[in-house]
Amino acid sequence: MELSRLPAFLLARAVKAAVVILAIVVCNFFLIHAAPGDPASIIAGQSGAADAKFLAQLRAQFGLDQPLYVQLWLYLKGVLTLDLGFSHRQQVSVAALLLDRLPATLLLTGAAFVFAISVGVAMGALAARRVGTWGDSIITILALTFYATPLFWVGLMLVLLFSVALEWLPSFGMASVGVELHGIAAVLDVAKHLLLPGLTLGLFYVAVYARLSRATMLEVADQDFVKTARAKGVPEGRILRRHILRNALLPVITFAGIQAGQLIGGSILVETVFAWPGIGRLAFEALLARDYQVLLGVFFCTSVMVVLFNLITDLLYAIVDPRVEVAR
Amino acid sequence: MGISRRGLMAAAAVTPWLMRAEEALAQGIQPKRGGTLTTIVNPEPPVLHIGVNNQAPTLIVGGKIFQGLLRYSAKLEPLPELAKSWEVSADGLEYTFRLQENVKFHDGTPMTAEDVIFSIMKFHMEVSPRARGVFARIKEGVVVDPHTAKFILSAPFEPFLLMFDVTVSAIVPKHLFEGQDYRQAPVVQKPVGTGPFRFVEWQRGNFIRLERFADYWKPGQPYLDAIIYRVVPDSQSRRLALETGQVQLTQSNDIEPFDIPQMRARPNLEVQTAGWEYFGPLMWLELNHRVKPLDDVRVRQALAHAVNRDFIAQRLWFGIGKPATGPVSSATRFYDASAKMPAYNVETAKKLLDDAGLKPNAQGVRFTIRHMSLPYGEVFTRLAEFLKQSLRQVGVDLQLESVDVGTWAQRTANWDFDTTINYLYQYGDPTLGVERSYVSTNIKKILFSNVSGYANPKVDELFTQGRDAADPKARQAAFSAVQKILVEEVPLVWLMEMAFPSIYDKKLHNIITSGAGVHASFDDVFFA
Repeated sequence: MELSRLPAFLLARAVKAAVVILAIVVCNFFLIHAAPGDPASIIAGQSGAADAKFLAQLRAQFGLDQPLYVQLWLYLKGVLTLDLGFSHRQQVSVAALLLDRLPATLLLTGAAFVFAISVGVAMGALAARRVGTWGDSIITILALTFYATPLFWVGLMLVLLFSVALEWLPSFGMASVGVELHGIAAVLDVAKHLLLPGLTLGLFYVAVYARLSRATMLEVADQDFVKTARAKGVPEGRILRRHILRNALLPVITFAGIQAGQLIGGSILVETVFAWPGIGRLAFEALLARDYQVLLGVFFCTSVMVVLFNLITDLLYAIVDPRVEVAR
Repeated sequence: MGISRRGLMAAAAVTPWLMRAEEALAQGIQPKRGGTLTTIVNPEPPVLHIGVNNQAPTLIVGGKIFQGLLRYSAKLEPLPELAKSWEVSADGLEYTFRLQENVKFHDGTPMTAEDVIFSIMKFHMEVSPRARGVFARIKEGVVVDPHTAKFILSAPFEPFLLMFDVTVSAIVPKHLFEGQDYRQAPVVQKPVGTGPFRFVEWQRGNFIRLERFADYWKPGQPYLDAIIYRVVPDSQSRRLALETGQVQLTQSNDIEPFDIPQMRARPNLEVQTAGWEYFGPLMWLELNHRVKPLDDVRVRQALAHAVNRDFIAQRLWFGIGKPATGPVSSATRFYDASAKMPAYNVETAKKLLDDAGLKPNAQGVRFTIRHMSLPYGEVFTRLAEFLKQSLRQVGVDLQLESVDVGTWAQRTANWDFDTTINYLYQYGDPTLGVERSYVSTNIKKILFSNVSGYANPKVDELFTQGRDAADPKARQAAFSAVQKILVEEVPLVWLMEMAFPSIYDKKLHNIITSGAGVHASFDDVFFA
């Protein structure tokens, strides 16, 4: 990779990204407003009482009495200055709500991500090395099972086993509430809460990475340069690491890029089952409550993440495989 | 639970209080200090301040932070809370409340009659549509002295005394609201009340923590050190949290009705359905009278005959709730047991439809209408399916539509439905919670108005009589008459008097002690 071309490349990509994100924001805005019902009528419904004055007050407070194009213009102006608006329903700024929930989601999805890649690739490598043996069969069957089982069901079964039957792990939440924990005890407490949801979320991706890396490694293992290496007398472990794995990593990176883009918002189901206070649930609840600003805020965050990780993936290609160059 | 202190309280209230004290003593249980109650809040409310938000979860959590002037027994008799006694003038126009002394808000400021008058006349009048409807009848609110507040009505309003529960008119601190937009005042995010528990922390999506208020006005109370409300969005996870003891109490919709039998079977758990009398929620099949043939009284009667309400109460809700008998819940005042809606009888239903000229076609279908199921959880989906089966038996084809809460609210409010399910609180009195669904003056494009479009001048007149009469006997006569007309004309098909299970660890005491159940302040709850 020629480093001199990198700044120009990054600038071009940033401009493209900005256009894409802006288009996404506008599309989302209209999509959300096309859904029937508005926040005021939902609050009225949930309160079990309403009169015309109440609805008018809420709509005025939420800015819903303005024409749609004015609302869009106000929102866009806000986004351009990185002001994501205010949740009138919750009386809190959207940025504060997002920042509140972001760490929990990143912890969960990040842990699942690392777990999935490391275990998945290891399983794939192991299976590829012993292709055709019973070890390969066991890994393949396991991967297929993880791949085919619905997430929430895996979650519930893990809870039944580890929380209800064995009573080893808590079944919900992110930390113990009402007890003062510090230092290592607090970390362990969160780790205990993280184990089941992380596992639930990660197992599907473990399967994906295992199958992907097994297949590509087998493909690479048949190529001439591997035979040459073997003929030269390079030890088998070294062939696996240096020659096969490195070349087989490209599809894995592609997929990891996609998964990383979903780090925010890709875990609604697991967050719901385990009462994990993350951003996926925030989005889902905002959708049901027609909390427009919050939902747009989450969409904005996720689209930024996707664009960002696509860029990182492209750069990683160039590092892993010198044949790939950055281009405009 | 000192009996001597209770003795000072209003005569009207002595009996129920004594009974409770005696019951507890008879069981040999002494209240014990200490312990943290972990329970569930679902769904998570957007704002925690009663009045600014009036969703059920807000009222349950807020009921610990705030208090009203009165509370109510299961028979809807007023009991003292922030008011230690009260008087009603002979003409029914003046209501005088004497307040408890030594009551402090959580910020240390004493609560006085100024706060009471502000809360009723300004705060709730501004933010709460339900309170506004009734408090608009107050001509004047007077601070007689720091511990006496008086309300002068422009005309007698017999159900007035039912309006002082914490869930309707919580007393809020005047000094933290005055001169501000009530909905956006900073205190809304950190509520300050007079209740036994003060707000400490709310991690959104995670938990709300309340702690014992050291300066609470009842000496030695509350017994609990803290109450933690965990946010658990999935119903099966809530059930597991209860079963594993991670939470010790669940309420309202936390546990799905079909999980109730297993909870009842657990020796360490108590399942209670009492504690909803003050609200008297009644569920019905909403009919849009603008849609033919639902404008025909014979068709509506036929629909009422076609549905087995016992099945709904026993098999879908597992005995949580009772089959409805008419427009007024049996827990509500002026309920008339002699006014009975059409009984379950498939043959009568078919005959009525024949009489209405609706003959079955080759597939046995007389007419097709849509049904928008209520998006409040799994059990309502099952109810929609049951209704489809029931009505198909008599030749009515119900086309089910699944919607989310926002869509349901908008379409119901805009009369854009044929049939749907709805349930409304009755708040103890037909004037407060029944009238709104039937009088023609309330046919509006607003949720919880008369969205069915039913209109009968006689019904309008009787509800007005019942509302304005000062004498309970005259009110009873009017409400009995109107119930008889309504069960005859079936503007809606009433299905079930709802209740919601409160399920708790048997070590917990005094969870349900009033007609408002888990909405109470919990100042007397303790772990034995």
